[in-house]
Amino acid sequence: MLRLANPNRFMQWSAKLLPGCAIGTAMLLGLGTWLALFVSPADYQQGDAVRIMYVHVPAAWMASFVYAIMALASAVALIWRHPLADIAAQQSAPLGAGFTLLCLVSGSLWGEPMWGTWWVWDARLTSVLVLFFLYLGYIALINAFDDPSRGARAGAILALVGVVNLPIIKFSVDWWNTLHQPASVFRLGTPTIAASMLWPLLIMALGFTLFFVTLLLLRMRSALMAARLRALRLQESQAA
Amino acid sequence: MSPFVLLIARDLRLALRQGGDAAMVLAFFALTVILFPFGIGPEPELLQRLAAGIVWVTALLAALLSLERMFGADYEDGSLEVLALMPLPLEAQILAKCVAHWLTSGLPLTLIAPLLALFLHLEASGYPALLLGMALGTPVLSLLGAIGAALALGARRGGVLLSLLVLPLYIPVLIFGVAAVEAQIAGLGARPHLLLLATLLVLALGLVPFAAAAALRQALE
Repeated sequence: MLRLANPNRFMQWSAKLLPGCAIGTAMLLGLGTWLALFVSPADYQQGDAVRIMYVHVPAAWMASFVYAIMALASAVALIWRHPLADIAAQQSAPLGAGFTLLCLVSGSLWGEPMWGTWWVWDARLTSVLVLFFLYLGYIALINAFDDPSRGARAGAILALVGVVNLPIIKFSVDWWNTLHQPASVFRLGTPTIAASMLWPLLIMALGFTLFFVTLLLLRMRSALMAARLRALRLQESQAA
Repeated sequence: MSPFVLLIARDLRLALRQGGDAAMVLAFFALTVILFPFGIGPEPELLQRLAAGIVWVTALLAALLSLERMFGADYEDGSLEVLALMPLPLEAQILAKCVAHWLTSGLPLTLIAPLLALFLHLEASGYPALLLGMALGTPVLSLLGAIGAALALGARRGGVLLSLLVLPLYIPVLIFGVAAVEAQIAGLGARPHLLLLATLLVLALGLVPFAAAAALRQALE
């Protein structure tokens, strides 16, 4: 595992892995979209609008999954000072923020026809919104320093602080919501979901995950190359 | 005197001699609260309904104001590096700094909050819960703020960055603080909310010094 994490080796194996990941992503997302749009049935209450779920739910899963990855990479970066872990954490953040935004926007588009409003202060929506701001804070922090390694370390600590705080925020928002809205009309979680809807959903979720992996590898590779370019330029200017 | 107390005394003396830190925070708090009746209208029923929320949100923002100063001045003139060499662990120093920050921001905010609540016609039964909630909640604001202040040391646009980092973490305090007052007014008793605030305080006391010390160390590296 550690040998694979050597930046040179990483460049080698990620170059081999990347095309496979990209093709897999395209196939899974293509298949998932086709299943979601044409094969899966319309909901007897929600009609065709239910198909938004196939984007919304995987995006919501990814929003928290990417934060977990970011925190894990940050912990590795802080404990072992591994440069690749720093890059992984930093490069996941914009992707996580993107998934979170996609979740919020698709949720809003889904809420309009279903609940008749673009936004409700439902506990889940609110926690996702807070998560979005945590991502933004992290991105702002890592870019706020003239010395990039300073930003990386500060960001790693922030990601870990965030991961301790997320459950507390989630709990308090749930608590707050039950206080303010006694009857939660907006509960989405139907306990059972028909297999005809579950399969497309799972395929889409897998596609989203692979999409994230592909983009992360791509971003990490370009970040490494950019760092190498910077180092080369520095050498040149010092030699001259 | 122990180094811990000396450090608190030093920070308090600095705050007093540089003058007006606490006064500025209070003035901001009072002014912002006074803006609300202009914004939403002077009807007593409306203000009464919103009083707890307005006071708490404004206190949250006021507590942000002086956070940058917690380590900022010491960082700029280099005394932070000297402090880091002291035998007193950095974690303990951070606690001392938080105590000093709370004494110059959280405590005055807590003491003036009932007066501002009066302007907003807060129902009489809500005052004890407001005071107790602020007394338990504002130290958490100082502690969480210490992490943000340590992380943002030396950053460009540190002040704005600090609020972006810290405000999401303040949400639980706000929720339980306001809920305590509203539950008391509704006759349900503020006890569970106050206990939850106390839980947050204990958690923050135990965990924040380590996170903030890690952040300070990387800032000094």
